[in-house]
Amino acid sequence: MSMENMSGGTMAESRSEQSQGHISRSAGSPPPPEADETIIGLEVHCQLDTVTKLFCACSTDYRSDGPNTHTCPVCLGLPGALPAINKKAVEFALRVAKALNCEVLFESVFSRKNYFYPDLDKAFQISQYDKPLAVGGYLVIEGEEGEKRVRITRVHMEEDPGRLVHKGGADRARYSLVDYNRAGIPLIEIVTEPDMRSPKEARRFLNKLRATLEYLSVFDSEKEGSLRVDANISLQPEGWFDREKKSYKGRNRVEVKNISSYKGVEKALTFEITRQRNVIRKGQPIEQATRHFVETQGITTASRSKEEEQDYRYFPEPDLCPLRVSSWVERIDLPELPDARRARFIGQYGCSPNHARTLTGDLKLADFYEKVAAQADPVLSATWVADTLIGELNYRDMGIGSVTPSHMIELVTLVKSKVLTDRNAIEVLRTILDGILQKQPAGTPSQVVARLDLGATDSGIIPAAIADVIREQPQAVADYDSGKKEAFMFLIGQVMKKTKGKADPAELNTMLRKALHGRVQ
Amino acid sequence: MVRSRLSFSPDDRVNAFLTTCPEPEYGTGSLEGLTIAIKDNISTKGIRTTAGSRILEGYIPPYDAHVVTLLIAEGAAIAGKTNMDEFGMGTTTENSGYGPTFNPLDKGRVPGGSSGGSAAAIAGGMVRMALGSDTGGSIRCPAAFCGIVGLKPTYGRVSRYGLIAYANSLEQIGPMARTVNETSRLMQVIAGHDPKDSTSVDLPYCHTPDKNIQGRRIGVPEEFFGAGVDPAVAAKVWEAIEELEKKGAEIVTCRMPGMAFALAAYYVTCTSEASSNLARFDGVRYGPAVDTKKSWHDAFQERRGKSFGKEVRRRIMLGTFALSSGYYGKYYAKAQAARQQVKNDFTRLYKDVDVLAGPTMPTIAFRLGEKADPLSMYLSDILTVPANLAGVPAISVPCGTVGGMPVGLQIMGRPFEDEVVIDTAYAYEQAVV
Amino acid sequence: MVSERDVEHIAGLADIGLIKEELDDFTVQFNRILDYFDILDTVEGDCGYEQDRYNVLREDVIRPSLLQEEALKNAGETEDGFFKAPKVM
Repeated sequence: MSMENMSGGTMAESRSEQSQGHISRSAGSPPPPEADETIIGLEVHCQLDTVTKLFCACSTDYRSDGPNTHTCPVCLGLPGALPAINKKAVEFALRVAKALNCEVLFESVFSRKNYFYPDLDKAFQISQYDKPLAVGGYLVIEGEEGEKRVRITRVHMEEDPGRLVHKGGADRARYSLVDYNRAGIPLIEIVTEPDMRSPKEARRFLNKLRATLEYLSVFDSEKEGSLRVDANISLQPEGWFDREKKSYKGRNRVEVKNISSYKGVEKALTFEITRQRNVIRKGQPIEQATRHFVETQGITTASRSKEEEQDYRYFPEPDLCPLRVSSWVERIDLPELPDARRARFIGQYGCSPNHARTLTGDLKLADFYEKVAAQADPVLSATWVADTLIGELNYRDMGIGSVTPSHMIELVTLVKSKVLTDRNAIEVLRTILDGILQKQPAGTPSQVVARLDLGATDSGIIPAAIADVIREQPQAVADYDSGKKEAFMFLIGQVMKKTKGKADPAELNTMLRKALHGRVQ
Repeated sequence: MVRSRLSFSPDDRVNAFLTTCPEPEYGTGSLEGLTIAIKDNISTKGIRTTAGSRILEGYIPPYDAHVVTLLIAEGAAIAGKTNMDEFGMGTTTENSGYGPTFNPLDKGRVPGGSSGGSAAAIAGGMVRMALGSDTGGSIRCPAAFCGIVGLKPTYGRVSRYGLIAYANSLEQIGPMARTVNETSRLMQVIAGHDPKDSTSVDLPYCHTPDKNIQGRRIGVPEEFFGAGVDPAVAAKVWEAIEELEKKGAEIVTCRMPGMAFALAAYYVTCTSEASSNLARFDGVRYGPAVDTKKSWHDAFQERRGKSFGKEVRRRIMLGTFALSSGYYGKYYAKAQAARQQVKNDFTRLYKDVDVLAGPTMPTIAFRLGEKADPLSMYLSDILTVPANLAGVPAISVPCGTVGGMPVGLQIMGRPFEDEVVIDTAYAYEQAVV
Repeated sequence: MVSERDVEHIAGLADIGLIKEELDDFTVQFNRILDYFDILDTVEGDCGYEQDRYNVLREDVIRPSLLQEEALKNAGETEDGFFKAPKVM
């Protein structure tokens, strides 16, 4: 309640900004909401990439098949069916727990989370409650102020519910259609402490988590809906949260559910910060609530009250025996994880720290880079893959999987040997990517170079081109003489045009300058 | 496999069957051509399975329970599905959504429950053997009331895969027959490991009953002859125990203090589990169709309100309450602690005795409608629930009559010593033949 | 002692569709049963029921699923291979 009064204070404050000093600020009143600290915690659900579901032997490879084609008595919740735990899912979850530096509990128990919803085949979800698989870990991310540990509260296993489809959209449909293909897909839920201080940190956490899970070979981020996030967020006076430890007595927190993309997390949280600031500015209290993220509109909306009053009546699942798997952890050999690989890229290939971070932030990208770096100049490869290639791929909404390392090896080699200028190399890359996108392969980089006649030529033609330009552009030359810098760039452009871009820009620069100065003298 | 057909048209005057199979197939094996009735809460592929509930009206399972697969593999002919208290919730079979079953020995009385249809089908001479399920006495009670033999196996000895769950941690499928020998024969087929049931253990039952019980120590808990037990029933059971003594057993009286809260622990546990198990009947995937024009919660409430019987709704509410926030500690958690104490009682007693004996039920079969008050019906389960709480094997074998109605002798054994329980019952049965 | 309001609350939690006429009876019976359950207050300790088995797991090997028509066979209403369900409003 006291904080609501404080919010009232902030309203007074914003008024005082308009009528300077009219309302005196009491000592110790909080700074305006812009100075508040954003407190963010995440609950991340990831599908584990097993071959069968968590509690039955149905295949998990359902995405390209029709509805209700990957079901059995267990995942349809037919009367009398019983669950049986997939050992591989437990092993995958343990890998995650170990990689996140968690303590695996001596005994963990599956419990029933009871609630009624049409996508829930048994009207309860088998999850873990008071005895989760693992607790108390952390993941290091690049925070706003350097490296930062985001603490992991717990890691537990549960089953995915089915999928609801609404014809004509969720608002217009009068009934739901249910597909249980997804029901029973193994999920791991990773709950963090409220350790993130900005939407950007939240996104970085997710990216790091995704990379880590992919390095562990337990997760495929390219599968649609394989990751879902609930975020809780509150705005607290600066420093207050750390002083008071883990407590939301200040202002209430809001849980934003239903975020299903990496970009969505940043969007949803940014929207929510603005919304909460506006509420605070108006002097109103933040209500503890659950809100839903509407991805298409980039907003969060209040959800109905029935869901918030849930009493899940957890109790141990009597059809399953407890897990005692803490001793298995020692036997797990973790693969090289993103941080270790980043350090190796810097040491082994001489990558810059930034390039190394980018390249190791995605398993497939890192693998791709290593294949290129093995046969082409590693530092030049890092630049070309981390900066140019990723930019061009993102622009076309393409994944790294659509390019073959051999093309990149060839391209980097052509640049290194000065056969191609940077500018023309980009042209070659774009041609190749567009070809892939349009399903009309453009061929290898050398073939593209030959076809478009982009190869750098003997620098002998450059002096001729320069001479021609100086002769043809007297006005520009005069401008240059009178000290106009733009004139030089114009003349460079003209020479480039004559040499069809094959001239190396640095070389051309020197030669043109020499030619102009030689003429004056 | 060679499959043959037989014709099955029982003269079912007691409403023992909910579904009969007029021309069941059978094959070769140890049960070749034997007609076997199956309680209606056990899933049978292609044969209507309702668990005695209107909410599963018309449901035809696409799969067989593990025990049914085993029966068919041994050549049995599935005769039909037997009536029961809705989802097993009752002690009389009066709670069936399809009308009560009557006791073949006195149609004014109940056959016991919840496996009343299976017991009546055997006692009425319609089949030789049947499967029942026992959550808190549901095999032993009707066996006692109808004068047949019924075994609740050790928890885990028989796969529950395909048994429509009422209270998963307590119940077992078990054999029912006229004689101990036939009960044992059916047990041999249905016991064994099933990876589809995580609580199933790998311990096959390969046993021929042996009537030699020389030197066996039989404990008789005083609490099994306490208040509420009809003295005439108690006297019959004592006679039976003395018969066992004559055959060389040693009788030891003992105490089972956990009996004081066994029934409460049982009802809190079973209603809690039931409240969760029975929430899936929403009319979407099976059962009478739900009205998709209504909102989910309205349609769901309507379906459950209309199709569940009163006792089922009462138990769902009790269980919901016992698990709800603020009451979990007082009810569910305490019931588990109590359950452990009951189990400890058994463990302690089994250090000194091989089996425990007492009446199966405190009285003979009730008259129809006699147990209208729920609590008084619950109280009649007091002697059968301890075996379920502790997961130990228990059998009911007929031991004479009171007023013309049968009385059951209950013998409980150590976990996974179903064979010893069978032998002790066999020794008594053979002594009085 | 639970009141009729408590019973209504539980009925709501259980989505059980309790009708007004039943409320009286249910409340009386509920209280009698809960009174009986009070014996559990005399149980000492909170240690739960011991599970003596653990790590019962199966291998990650696919077995055939039901055909779509088998899965949908018992459904009240279906549409394009989906089950049709009332919508959560």
